[in-house]
Amino acid sequence: MSWKTNLFLGAALLGATVASAEARDLTVTSWGGNYQDAQREVYFAPFSKKTGTKVVDDSWNGGVGALRAKVEGGNADWDVVQVEAEELALGCEEGLFEQMDWSALGGKDKFIPAAVHECGVGAIVWTTLITYDGARLKEGPKSWADFWNTEKFPGKRGLRRGPKYTLEFALMADGVEPSQVYQTLGTDAGIDRAFKKLDQIKSSMVWWEAGAQPQQLLASGEVAMTSAYNARIAAANKSDNRDFRIVWPGGVYAVDSWVILRDSPNKEAGMDLIAFMSDPVNQKNLPPKVPYGVTNKEATALVDPAVLPIMPTEPGNLAAGLELNTDFWVANIERLTERFNAWVGQ
Amino acid sequence: MTAPTVPRDSSLQASSGGLKAELRRTQRRRKLEAVALVAPLFLFLAVFFLAPIAAMLFRSLDNSELPSAMPRTAEVLRAWDGAGLPPEPVFATFASELAAGQKARNLAGVAKRLTYELPNMRSALFATARALPEQPDGTWQKTLTGANAVWGEPATWAVMRRAAAPFTPLYLLAAVDREMDANGNIVSVAPDRAIYVDIFIRTFWIAIVVTVVCLFLGYPLAYKLASLPPRIANLLMILVLLPFWTSILVRTGAWVVLLQREGPINETLQTLGLITEPLQLVYNRVGVYVAMVHILLPFMILPLYSVMKGISPAYVRAATSLGATPFTAFRRVYLPQTVPGIGAGGLLVFILGVGYYITPALVGGAGDQMVSYFVAFFTNQTINWGMAAALGSVLLVATLVLYWIYAKLVGVDGMKMG
Repeated sequence: MSWKTNLFLGAALLGATVASAEARDLTVTSWGGNYQDAQREVYFAPFSKKTGTKVVDDSWNGGVGALRAKVEGGNADWDVVQVEAEELALGCEEGLFEQMDWSALGGKDKFIPAAVHECGVGAIVWTTLITYDGARLKEGPKSWADFWNTEKFPGKRGLRRGPKYTLEFALMADGVEPSQVYQTLGTDAGIDRAFKKLDQIKSSMVWWEAGAQPQQLLASGEVAMTSAYNARIAAANKSDNRDFRIVWPGGVYAVDSWVILRDSPNKEAGMDLIAFMSDPVNQKNLPPKVPYGVTNKEATALVDPAVLPIMPTEPGNLAAGLELNTDFWVANIERLTERFNAWVGQ
Repeated sequence: MTAPTVPRDSSLQASSGGLKAELRRTQRRRKLEAVALVAPLFLFLAVFFLAPIAAMLFRSLDNSELPSAMPRTAEVLRAWDGAGLPPEPVFATFASELAAGQKARNLAGVAKRLTYELPNMRSALFATARALPEQPDGTWQKTLTGANAVWGEPATWAVMRRAAAPFTPLYLLAAVDREMDANGNIVSVAPDRAIYVDIFIRTFWIAIVVTVVCLFLGYPLAYKLASLPPRIANLLMILVLLPFWTSILVRTGAWVVLLQREGPINETLQTLGLITEPLQLVYNRVGVYVAMVHILLPFMILPLYSVMKGISPAYVRAATSLGATPFTAFRRVYLPQTVPGIGAGGLLVFILGVGYYITPALVGGAGDQMVSYFVAFFTNQTINWGMAAALGSVLLVATLVLYWIYAKLVGVDGMKMG
């Protein structure tokens, strides 16, 4: 607020930096909220107990820029990070990550193909989709066209701030078949079409940034419907006794991966942790708490069958959705983020 | 006659010279004392405040990405006249440093810098680096253009040449929605990318509205506080100071809870039957104004109070006894005496308001974000520190200009901080 506060913060940060130059605990960074609570319970704490390695966890909201700053600034204070698909591709190309030791993970063929990368191993399969509160809306939306229909379903709408997912959803709302979405986005006319469709609901939008926000927006009645991550909605239903509903058709699914930041002082311990989290015996414990898809082929068979219908990897759910096109976003994320920011701020 | 006067004069001069020297010595000692007293604070400010700000402002001109990763390419690009396509040695130098950069994995900075001017350069650079052969296929120009067509376009090399310069106006221009075209002329950016001029206007407008509202709410309150007996006034002052001491994050969070769709305010209004549908009070401009006014109000009340405390009630009494109506007495006698308080409070609230970040970020919508939001966005998320520094510099300069106008109109002396 005032420069005095900044100065104090600066001094505190300086102290923190000096301290972190010493050996520090293994730090794993994920996406916060009830998802990370579950990861702590299923992965971090049992790993600590088994190996005696202390694990500290931090959370972030994504962006390859944040990783660039950590690695290129030297003295990165994160070791293991869960990244989205295009962050994995961009960061690997730029040399922000260590190479993955696939022999320690039991070989590439143990995992689903989308989970295999030279710099990372898949952590989860997750879907971003329409959600609404069943306690408030008896007859809910069934598609992105319904999401855009503010006459039939009055109230605000929530979407994640940024062009990724938002443009795909807009095109589907405009009647583009899921299989044609990226072909359409590949042209300038297609991108203009998506932004034009977004103009229609701009005044009804509440943009969220952290994955824990959409549940809060739904719970407080601030929005009538919002995009959200499937498992967080399921976990909120369970822990807070909510009746949030999920609309699988039109959801966009992707794989998140674990990486180790370049020159991490805890590289070996980090690799041990990733191996622990990739072990089917441990992976099977995650979906009952947060029903994301698992990446180790053997884990799928071990997961409690009762959870399967609400997982993204259930064949019907998979067929109803659209796979995020990483190549498109690797090539276009910066240009479209600039355009999106100008559009949203106007 | 003259003879005796000379020694007298000289002796006088000598003694007065001694006095002068003495005086100079004392003055010098005083100066040293003053410097010694101020020095620790000055050094502290210089190291922890002025130097970081100067360094940050300098970043808005920084152009070191390409020169640091490809020093020889930068050198030959600077020597090139910039017409059409560069000569073969430039292509050859670039190709060799591209291959070395790919091996050392230090191309990310160059890619980032080029992308700011040509969005597809990131993928073009990495694709070319991956496909680069050891030996040229004929010329390097042909080889590079064969690997990716962008290397055959003069526009690419115009950007490369600008990226090789020691400094760049790119960020400062972008902060006012301007850019350089292929010929180096300064032009407005396309309307779908123009945003910052609007954001600056919005930032100053929000700060002005908040300042005016604070003045209208704070002035009567400060007047009441100043005219009450000290015992009660002190008690009431605690009520002003208590929120002032509370964390800004807590207060902003509390406003979200109060103002939300199903929050206490909307529910009360609905229960009273004043509204049928909940009002939209948060995630829009209303929420920003409400929360910012609440948080900045003490900065208005405190200087006003301290100025009003010093105004003797005798003046207004004298004015009314001479026949002035209460309104005239207020307008012509009381109000002018409180101008220093209004000036100080207004300036404090305005300058704090211009830099607000966390409150609009939490209670505002996408269209209510102020410049600081974008400074934070570029600092933390996209790590485009040049752009963050440029926005900060423009904000600083605009604020200083406004302060200068204020000082010309009102005068810095006509201000009392309390």
